[in-house]
Amino acid sequence: MCLAIPGRIVELISGPNEVGVVEVTGVRRKVQLGLLADDMPVVGDWVLIHVGFAMSKISERDAAEQMHLLSMLGETEQAMEEVRGYGLGERASDDIGHHEAPTRPN
Amino acid sequence: MRYVDEFRDPDLITKASDEIRRLANPSRHYRIMEVCGGHTHAIYRFGLKDILPENIELIHGPGCPVCVLPMGRIDDGLAIAKAPNRIFTAFGDMMRVPGAHGSPLEDKARGTDVRIVYSPADALEIARKNPEKEVMFFAIGFETTAPSTALTLMSAMSQGIDNFSVFCNHVTIVPAIRAILDSPDMRLDGFIGPGHVSTVIGCRPNQWIASVEGKPVVTSGFEPLDLLQSIVMLLRQLDAGEAKVENQYKRVVPWEGNRAALKVMAEVFELRPYFEWRGLGFISQSALRIREKYAAWDAERRYSVPETRVADPKSAQCGEVLKGVLKPAQCKLFGKECTPEHPIGALMVSSEGSCAAFYNYEYRKSQLTSISAMA
Repeated sequence: MCLAIPGRIVELISGPNEVGVVEVTGVRRKVQLGLLADDMPVVGDWVLIHVGFAMSKISERDAAEQMHLLSMLGETEQAMEEVRGYGLGERASDDIGHHEAPTRPN
Repeated sequence: MRYVDEFRDPDLITKASDEIRRLANPSRHYRIMEVCGGHTHAIYRFGLKDILPENIELIHGPGCPVCVLPMGRIDDGLAIAKAPNRIFTAFGDMMRVPGAHGSPLEDKARGTDVRIVYSPADALEIARKNPEKEVMFFAIGFETTAPSTALTLMSAMSQGIDNFSVFCNHVTIVPAIRAILDSPDMRLDGFIGPGHVSTVIGCRPNQWIASVEGKPVVTSGFEPLDLLQSIVMLLRQLDAGEAKVENQYKRVVPWEGNRAALKVMAEVFELRPYFEWRGLGFISQSALRIREKYAAWDAERRYSVPETRVADPKSAQCGEVLKGVLKPAQCKLFGKECTPEHPIGALMVSSEGSCAAFYNYEYRKSQLTSISAMA
């Protein structure tokens, strides 16, 4: 599905990859920032996230509207499941396959 | 109209809907295609059809990547993953999608190590944490997800993670639109352009639709007001006899797209000469493959691929539905052999496919109504 998830950058992590921590309604997860290389976000910026990668910077108001849209579409829970799922590879636990909520490619 | 109380700016919704009625020429029938599966989902969910005049018909386009993926690709991916010490990773939407020999979830039950990831970066991380295993990411999606896969492959190379590969099924939206426009039975008047795909590719790649094909395109957001405003913009162009590309979703979509994302895509991917789309057949230069430079991480080069071909059942009329010749319920199989639980045709496979969306939001409701009328 095409719908992206809005989040606020709360931390930038130094290292070989451009990674930041976003907060989406209280849940904090690492996301990749490399696709915003031309216009790197700073702490406090809002971004639209797609499959664990920040795709574009947006305003706080647009972020709130995007969250509202997800809720109108009945997709908030799916979106949060996706956000909570980011970083599963880092934990690399054996039970990863038990999470069966759909996510959104496209 | 459903959920009307929740909408932002109900006054603006009313205004847009009045404007649509004012602009729509009653002696004309308008066929407008929304290209993106997310738009299809939103249109059904918000019941937008109920507030459009009857002579404005929305045709649901090919923009659902799960739907258009040929079944044989799933079989190929799972055939690679069956070998010992391999891990198959994919987004959750892929898990229940059947190939000819079953879905990833069914293969998991048969013993294949199948894992859901929410990001390609996490598939790479699984590879880093499991150096004794070979981890393959089954990549699907349009230009919204392709840059993320590209960046992940660049990370695999720069970090020297050699036990990782990508089975690439990324497709590009513009050639699919071209295939639909080239079809002799095509009957479209204009396009609601994709939202998030356009954050990457921008609005420019759609310009040929306006200049060559003479059809207006409006890149649209996903809210009810966005979609209604986009229809207003299309009707204004049609009324004035114009055909241009406009951007209703300026708050998110820059005209030029995301250059960093386009750059990483160009670094990692090149166009395939042709690729098969479920429901549309083979379309030239419509999909991405991994460049030679990244061959070591390309599952199709690294492993032997059976190249399974599964023909779409002849009785399923997905192509006609995609082109707007038939409505979902007019297909012979709709709601009988072909349902979201047992999809036969491409458009029933994912909730964003036009047949599945129609089934879930309109058909079930009408069935319930007729049952309660009988009771």
